[in-house]
Amino acid sequence: MEPGEIHALLGENGAGKSTLMNVLYGLYQPDEGEILVDGAPLKLRGPSDAIAAGIGMVHQHFMLVPVFTVTENIMLGAEQVRGGIAGFLDRRRARREVAEVSERYNLRVDPDAVIEDLPVGIQQRVEIVKALTRDVDLLILDEPTAVLTPQETEELLTVMRSLKAAGKSIVFITHKLGEVKAIADRITVIRRGKTVGTASPQASRDELAALMVGRSVRLTVEKEPAAPGKPVLEVSGLVVDDDRQIRAVDGIDLTVRAGEVLGVAGVQGNGQTELIEAIMGLRPTLAGTVTLDGQPVHGWSTKKVLRAGVGYVPEDRSVDGLVKEFSVAENLVLDIYDRPPFGKGLALKPDAIARSAKERIEQFDVRTSSADAPVGTLSGGNQQKVIVARELSRPLKLLIAAQPTRGVDVGSIEFIHSQVIRERDAGTAVMVVSSELDEVIGLADRIAVMYRGRIIGIVGPDTPREEIGLLMAGITPDAAPAAATGTTPADGGAAAPAAESPGNEDEA
Amino acid sequence: MTNPNPGSPDKEPATEAHAAQAALGNTERAETATSPKAPAPEPKPSLGRLFLDNLWAANTFTVTLLSLVLAMVVGAILMIVSDPEVLATYSYITARPTDALNASWTLVSEAYGNLFKGAVFDPDAVGFQAAMSPISETLTYTAPLVFTGLSVALAFRGGLFNIGAQGQAVMGVILAALAGFLLPLPPGLHLLVAVLAGALGGAIWGFVPGILKARTGAHEVINTIMLNYIATYFLTWIIVQNGVQDPNRTDAISRPVDGSAQLPRLLGDGLRVHAGIILAVLATWAVWWLLNRSTLGFELRAVGANPDAARTAGISVTRTYVLIMVFAGILAGLGGSNMVLGSTASALTPLVVAQIGFDGILVALLGRVKPWGVALAALLFGALQAGGNRMQSYSGISLELVTVLQALIVIFIAAPALVKAIFQLRAARAARLQTSLAKGW
Repeated sequence: MEPGEIHALLGENGAGKSTLMNVLYGLYQPDEGEILVDGAPLKLRGPSDAIAAGIGMVHQHFMLVPVFTVTENIMLGAEQVRGGIAGFLDRRRARREVAEVSERYNLRVDPDAVIEDLPVGIQQRVEIVKALTRDVDLLILDEPTAVLTPQETEELLTVMRSLKAAGKSIVFITHKLGEVKAIADRITVIRRGKTVGTASPQASRDELAALMVGRSVRLTVEKEPAAPGKPVLEVSGLVVDDDRQIRAVDGIDLTVRAGEVLGVAGVQGNGQTELIEAIMGLRPTLAGTVTLDGQPVHGWSTKKVLRAGVGYVPEDRSVDGLVKEFSVAENLVLDIYDRPPFGKGLALKPDAIARSAKERIEQFDVRTSSADAPVGTLSGGNQQKVIVARELSRPLKLLIAAQPTRGVDVGSIEFIHSQVIRERDAGTAVMVVSSELDEVIGLADRIAVMYRGRIIGIVGPDTPREEIGLLMAGITPDAAPAAATGTTPADGGAAAPAAESPGNEDEA
Repeated sequence: MTNPNPGSPDKEPATEAHAAQAALGNTERAETATSPKAPAPEPKPSLGRLFLDNLWAANTFTVTLLSLVLAMVVGAILMIVSDPEVLATYSYITARPTDALNASWTLVSEAYGNLFKGAVFDPDAVGFQAAMSPISETLTYTAPLVFTGLSVALAFRGGLFNIGAQGQAVMGVILAALAGFLLPLPPGLHLLVAVLAGALGGAIWGFVPGILKARTGAHEVINTIMLNYIATYFLTWIIVQNGVQDPNRTDAISRPVDGSAQLPRLLGDGLRVHAGIILAVLATWAVWWLLNRSTLGFELRAVGANPDAARTAGISVTRTYVLIMVFAGILAGLGGSNMVLGSTASALTPLVVAQIGFDGILVALLGRVKPWGVALAALLFGALQAGGNRMQSYSGISLELVTVLQALIVIFIAAPALVKAIFQLRAARAARLQTSLAKGW
């Protein structure tokens, strides 16, 4: 690493990127080898040693106290104290320091905001400010963009550039090729715990992907034109509230036909999650109807909906999709454990479960030490494959996949996409909800754009990205010219660049 | 850093067999003869080596064993400190150190010797009855603890902390006793009805916090504690009611349970061990089967580990909560009925169930909330209690020391990091895997 350099660390899920960085940050001890800082070997016994050596880290999962303010979180662990032994917290000084650092690096944060009220992108910014107040020279960002919207990603990249200009070095861990090409000065690719090569950002995306996965990868989804059949899922006039009793879905009508993929695009938080949960019977519907094959299913229990032939890949795999303490085999039957051949009456059939697990693991290329390993020990991509394998291993009429490839490496994305298309070709109606515009464009035969709880438009996959991007920002084609000539709506103007941001896997 | 799986009391992903084996080995060391021999090592050349390697790693087995050792060491210190004569020898320890050491050794070895003789085997005993007496006592104390331990463990696996085993056991003992002396039924049937009545009593007392949790989200810990009080005072009230109180007595004691409703003794009338221990083993097996081999157990474990994922997979979380508490109540109720249908007592008194519900929490934790582990932990607690009686009468060490020992064992087990630090154990490989911080790959 050189001063003022952005070094990207690229690798598949489970390649060892995070482990390497945890060693650098002193969380893990190296078994062999040594770390050199300014030419001198360094022995890190814990994160405090690393901070002292000028290394800061922003974890993928933020280490913030939700009920504390920004200032309190930043001073945490390095509290400013006055009054000698009495040890009063010097909030004022801490606050001034926060303001100063955020000023210097152009990282706008409100020092008095409470963390849990802030959007994810700002929380991440707080993490970066926190690291910077500790006077670090080397900043490690562990998959910083995994949780960000395209627009937030763009902002983060701007921040990284300004940090670089200030002479800080950055290690940027990711598996999104677009971001790497947009910002990195040097790229190191890691595969299965070994450095397999370094590349310059000029290398083509295909080259990088091949280096990462170890073989050539198709980045675009190859598929035949769809042959839509009869409507399978029909939603009309659906109204749903979110957890805070605020209207999240406000009168939605949509139809998914057999043998087609309906993509639902939209910036996150526009009611997509609530829409799916309502269809799945996980959230009460306030008005409207949902029919499956002509049969009304709203008000049904989740189990009944699943039994009716609906497959569901939930948005947040670690919360809703998997029981981490359970084995891979158990997770593979999580929603069909009481059905033959896995269960009969009250009894489970461990043999049948084990046998089917073995088949699924092979068929879906789940990389695990054994079917009995707890699923929590698998990498994110393989955890997602477990869910996909579970949902696709029974006959389906409808498949609902929410963010099916979030936090998943290139190789697994390719695999999951091909499985979704295969399911479509088998005549299943598929609904894909994703905040990655490329994923929606790549998979869908029709794209419904959601904005503030409504479907603002349904377009074909050949629609230019810009137009979809405008729709995501709430600007319909008719309104767009007016917006361009006149006053841009505040929210529309803020969200519009989302579509063109390099955070998306586009422009291959 | 946040822990990857908070809330789980036991980070080591020990398998059922592993845990059972660990606990088995542990009790074996503690009492040598009670438990059956561990299965002989398989004829694999590397297994012995592997075993030695793993022995000093911080696995469940080693930690449990060393916790026991640590607890006994602390217990020994307490004995020495609380004995004025022995303590007096320490005043001139620099002049004659052997005095202090000899006196301490005599005291401690005799006390623990008596503990062993009271719980397992007395080499000086003559005749079948005297030889079997310690084991009979141990098993008598063990049986109810198995039930209450299973009750707490089952709820724990379902993500609920059942502090209410005590109250459920009290309701169990009340209904079992009432069925035992109020219903004129033929032998056999009478016993069956009495046992089922006990289970019903516990089930009702488990259902209440279960339905409150499921319907209103009321926390089960608070509700079960409150129900414990209600059950305890209901017991003291019902004992003195007409038709319940023994007409020949003025103090708070109920009529005795009919002979036809009592659990048969296993080794003749001279020994107290009764059929309750057989029921306990059956219950252990049933709970094991329920947890690991039944669809209901699958739901229960899924809800316990991740209620959100369980709900998404179509499992009714609320229904499962109610069922868990009902099953936990049944088990605790059976434990309670043991106390009045077995040989410990035959009539209701205010303290008839002793502390079996609260001891059940300790037993469940010590047994790592696995059914067979719980059974073996109950066996250890039963042995300590039986041995403690003899220790008190022969060595003059108060019975409370046994309670202190039990508490110490559980404290050391609950704080595995402490045991690991004291003995400088290597981190077990499995545990290392689990503490993986890198969720994000």
